[in-house]
Amino acid sequence: MERVPILKIGRTLFVSIQIDLQDQTVVQLQEDLADELVASRATGVIIDITGVEIVDSFIGRMLATIGSISRLFDAETVLVGMRPAVAITLVELGLYLEGVRTALNAEQGLRLLNGRS
Amino acid sequence: MAELPIDSGDDVVRVRQHVRAAAAGSGLSLVDQTKLVTAASELARNALVHGGGGSARVEVATSATGRTGIRITFTDAGPGIADLDLALTDGWTTGDGLGLGLSGARRLVDEFELVSKPGAGTSVVVAKWSR
Repeated sequence: MERVPILKIGRTLFVSIQIDLQDQTVVQLQEDLADELVASRATGVIIDITGVEIVDSFIGRMLATIGSISRLFDAETVLVGMRPAVAITLVELGLYLEGVRTALNAEQGLRLLNGRS
Repeated sequence: MAELPIDSGDDVVRVRQHVRAAAAGSGLSLVDQTKLVTAASELARNALVHGGGGSARVEVATSATGRTGIRITFTDAGPGIADLDLALTDGWTTGDGLGLGLSGARRLVDEFELVSKPGAGTSVVVAKWSR
């Protein structure tokens, strides 16, 4: 199973998903991120899904869960780079990703996090 | 036509990749490709998690009105579904998910046929046609 790397820049954790997500990979990412949030005391998480071709109900639920978990560590999660076709499909699927904020790209996502009081 | 096994999480990813390539080759738009691949991902996971494994047959097909597209048949030999109407209800789940897999997949495709009986496994046939 492949693993998604987590980078720390300042007080933000960056995750860029560049692989075809297997269910187990997303579960692992969730655990790795929780550990990293505690270890790094980060206040924000940016998940870049520019390279993700589909988000189905399982992957979507996991992304929303990551948002809820990070909030328990006083960190905010921003999902960035969603492809238009993925957004259309998600809404039709009935998934609204409550609990995670979204931004067009990583730069906008960072701005969102930095504007947080 | 291809018959793909669904016996692991990696197999689910392989089904997605195969459906993506077939959908692109059959002239489906990017949004329609994405919808079909997402539906295939839900149904392949169902076959794995609830059906204990199964297979997906992916084929190029033509609709009754002459449009080309992709038809996928998912088959498993699992416990089957006792109440089909209930299983297709948004939010109904056997426990661990959101209950959007089956109902969501149905919304994402143009044709959807579910055959299942308790003890006799489940088969789901979906199709997406080019516009």
